[in-house]
This record gives sequence, C-alpha cells and structure tokens, in this order.
Amino acid sequence: MIKINNLTYRYRTTEYDALAIQSMNLEIARGEFVAIIGHNGSGKSTLAKLINGILLPTEGKIFVAGHDTGDPETIWEIRKTAGMVFQNPDNQIVATVVEEDVAFGPENLGIPSGEIRKRVDSALEQVHMWEHRLKPPHLLSGGQKQRVAIAGILAMEPECIIFDEPTAMLDPIGRKEVMETVETLNRVKGITVVYITHFMEEAMRADRIVVLEQGRVILDGRPREVFSDVERLQDMGLDVPQVTLMAHGLRKAGYPLSEDILHVEDMVEALWQLL
Amino acid sequence: MIRDITIGQYYPVESPIHRLDPRVKILASMLFIISLFLVKDFFQYIPALLFVSVTVRVSKVPLSYILKGLKPILVILIFAFVINIFLTRGEVIFTLGPLNVTKEGIYQAFFMMLRLILLITGTSLLTLTTSPILLTDGLESLLNPFKRIGLPAHELSMMMTIALRFIPTLLQETDKIMKAQMARGADFESGNLINRAKSLIPLLVPLFISAFRRADELAMAMEARCYRGGENRTRLKVLRYTKGDLVAGIFLIGYIGMIVGARFYL
Repeated sequence: MIKINNLTYRYRTTEYDALAIQSMNLEIARGEFVAIIGHNGSGKSTLAKLINGILLPTEGKIFVAGHDTGDPETIWEIRKTAGMVFQNPDNQIVATVVEEDVAFGPENLGIPSGEIRKRVDSALEQVHMWEHRLKPPHLLSGGQKQRVAIAGILAMEPECIIFDEPTAMLDPIGRKEVMETVETLNRVKGITVVYITHFMEEAMRADRIVVLEQGRVILDGRPREVFSDVERLQDMGLDVPQVTLMAHGLRKAGYPLSEDILHVEDMVEALWQLL
Repeated sequence: MIRDITIGQYYPVESPIHRLDPRVKILASMLFIISLFLVKDFFQYIPALLFVSVTVRVSKVPLSYILKGLKPILVILIFAFVINIFLTRGEVIFTLGPLNVTKEGIYQAFFMMLRLILLITGTSLLTLTTSPILLTDGLESLLNPFKRIGLPAHELSMMMTIALRFIPTLLQETDKIMKAQMARGADFESGNLINRAKSLIPLLVPLFISAFRRADELAMAMEARCYRGGENRTRLKVLRYTKGDLVAGIFLIGYIGMIVGARFYL
C-alpha cells in the first residue's frame, strides 16, 4: 500500500536546518494497522505529511498504491487514496454545519450530489455522529469534532488513513471514542491505518509498531516484540505501558512471567496462575 | 460579554420565507433597497410599509426581535433626525439660538427616519430568514456569471464560509486568552481610552498569532482533502427554484410595480 524508498527530508528555513528523515525504508501492507511512535522531533509528523504529498521528499521516493507522491499528475489520486486526519480538530473543519463539512472532500472530487448525500450519511453513521449532522461544529466536544474529521475523510472512500496524533488534544473520553473508531475502521472495513501517536497504550493496539528516532526507524515489529526491549525504550525517553513495566520488573525479580503480556487482562491471568 | 455578539443572527423557524431560494431573497433585498430610494413623499411609503409588514408576518420572526435589531443604529437614527431638523432651509417655525427649525426640516427628518427604519427592517429579514450557508451559496450562484470578467465568485463564498466557521472559535479563544491574562493581573476595564486600547495589545498579539497558525493548518487540511478551487467542484445541496419562489417573484413584481406607479404616474 505504502512503499518508502531511501527517503530523506531536510527542513530548511533561514534560522533552521535539520534532517527530519534520514534514508528511511519502510513498507506498509494493505489492511495493516501500523502505529508510529517516537518523541518530539523524531520526524513522525513529517513522515505523515510526506506520505500525503503535502511535503515532497528531498531524496528518495514514496509510493502510495503505486503512485509516486512527487508526480503532480497523481497527487490528487494519492490524497484521495490516503486520507489524513490532523491533530487539532478545530483547524481541519471547514464548514459551519457538520454534514456540510463531511461533504467537503467528495465535493472537491466532483462527485454528483445524490452520491455525496449517500456517502455523507454512511460516513457519519460509521463514526456515530449522524444524529449531530445538523449541528455547528463549535458546539461539539473535542472527540466528536475529531470523529467528524474522520467522517470527512471516510466520505472520500480512502483505502488508507493516516492519523497524525489525532488524540493529542483530547480528554480521556474523546481519546477512547477516537481510538475505538479507528480500530473499527481497520478491523471491520479493512482500511489501512497509519497511526502516529505518543500514547503507548494506543500504539499497543496496532498490529505493528514502528519506533522513530532522529528520522530513522530504530525498532519495527509486533507490539510484544517492541515492548520486550523495555530498557531500550526507556533510554529513548519513551513511556512504556504500566503493564509492560510491571511484567518487566517482576521478571527481573525472578518471577517466571511470559514476554507476551501487554494488556491488563493478560497480566491478571498470569499473576493469578503464579499464585 | 463577547459572546453576546450574534453575527448573521439567523432566526431558525419554519416559514415560507425561510424556505425561499436564497437567490430570490438576495435579489428581493436589493430591489427593496432601490425601491426605497425611488420614494419621494410619505404617501408613496404605503406600498413599502405593506411589503415589509406582510413579509415580516409570513416569516414568523417576532416583530419585537426585529425592532431589537434597530438598537445598535439608534445613534445614527437620532443623528440623522437632528441634522435634518436643523439644517434644512425653508419656512422658519421657531429659532433655537443660531439654529432654525423649519417646516421642511421637520418633514424631511421624519421622512428620512422612516426610510432608514424600513431599510434596516427590510434588509435584516434576509439574514434573519436565511442560514449563513445558504446565503453564501446563493451569493456564489448569483455571482457566477461574473466569473467570466474575472470575479472570483467561488473564492469569495469560500472565504465567507471559513470566516463564519471561525468566528465562534476565535471568540472562544479570545475569551480564554482574556481570562488567562486577567488571572495574571491584566486589566481590560479601567483607565482612559488610551490605556484601555493599550491593554488590548497582550490580547490581540496572541490572538493574531494563533489565527495565522490556524489558517496555515486549515489550508493544509483542505489540500489534504483534495481542495483545488472551484473548478469541477460539485455540491451536497444544489439550489433549486420552487413554486414558492415563483409566488414570491410575482409578489415582488407587484410591489415594484406599485412603487414605480406611485412615483411616476400619480
């Protein structure tokens, strides 16, 4: 679905010059749910913008569904295939009414109005916002606004959605709503998800975690593989989920706990058996 | 206090006027304004008064609500009234110091006041009965023919939509910044005018910076959603004229006929 070949990106302004991404190679398969983690300045947001063709590579190439993001001919095809949800829900809602905003993407694609209506209704139903379709966006909660933004992307019928820290500005309830929506889209609708976050609890729910540091991929694997290396993650200044931390501590203290423990339920089960 | 400002002040009820095509309402407002300037004496105001009272009644917007809208322009009304009373030449009725009050002046003052009141009540019906989205859609559609001579019709209506979308967001933000500054001892209410204007600087600077950042992010989000101007764009809701619009059109032609008739043939 997404293929990144030897990608380098240099941020350069008058007072600032840095390599945000350094010769990165990455491949994301169709239907995968990939979480990208890394602390501030690791290049994760830059990567998202590069995949969507908002930024263009300094070196190397990115292919989305076979299209080169550097090709101006196919850029709209890419943005339609790989939609993007941003961090601040307020700054990505264009219209004064929820349903008009969801229609914005399909309207740009030149889809006939009857078909737009169908897509808007189905997108709003998928994120459970249909009953709010006539409300002005500023009266919604953060989680609701973010779900409207997701519906706006869904209405373009993408094969892949890139989420750039969609829960960073939300309260815990909003975070849960958004995370559940994302999971359903991936598991039920088979949409490829690239999920950038700094919440480990969210990353753990992905099929695969990619850890970035200084523009390079330093860890890439299934959650249990990535989180088995607790010390290394901590060295990089990343939070490790509490359950993983506890399992790690117990193992170090000599208790025979499996490395597979990622969720509270697994932990409860394992501890119970130990006792 | 800031949140009391209602822009566009749409009054959401179901009425035949609300259901009219926005293009018809915009054109009607324009014709109504022109018609008021054709009127030359009190007698000719009768059709205009009738027109406004019928539309207000049909629109189901309470008259008291519309009259409340006159409050902000009360100063202008009084000013125009006073100027007209004192500065119109003609038959002097009595003198007040250096000022003469004339018969023509009193006539003119009432005449102008009636015109202003009709102007404002009539045109405010447009925004009271049309939601901002329909208003911008209607405007875009009406301006479309002028695209050929280079008028950016789509861009104008897009700008209006975005402005309307962000007014509440920026007001909330202003409120937040104000409270944050007040918590640190800022004072927005006391002092003379200059001091008060100065105290607004720490409010406006962060507000502008954030507005620019929002604009930047919004532009990016719009591009990510395949926005590339008005070319080949379709709409969720397409404007269509209905029977109601025909009735309104006939009513409007009747009104204009009466005004023109009264002005030129009576």
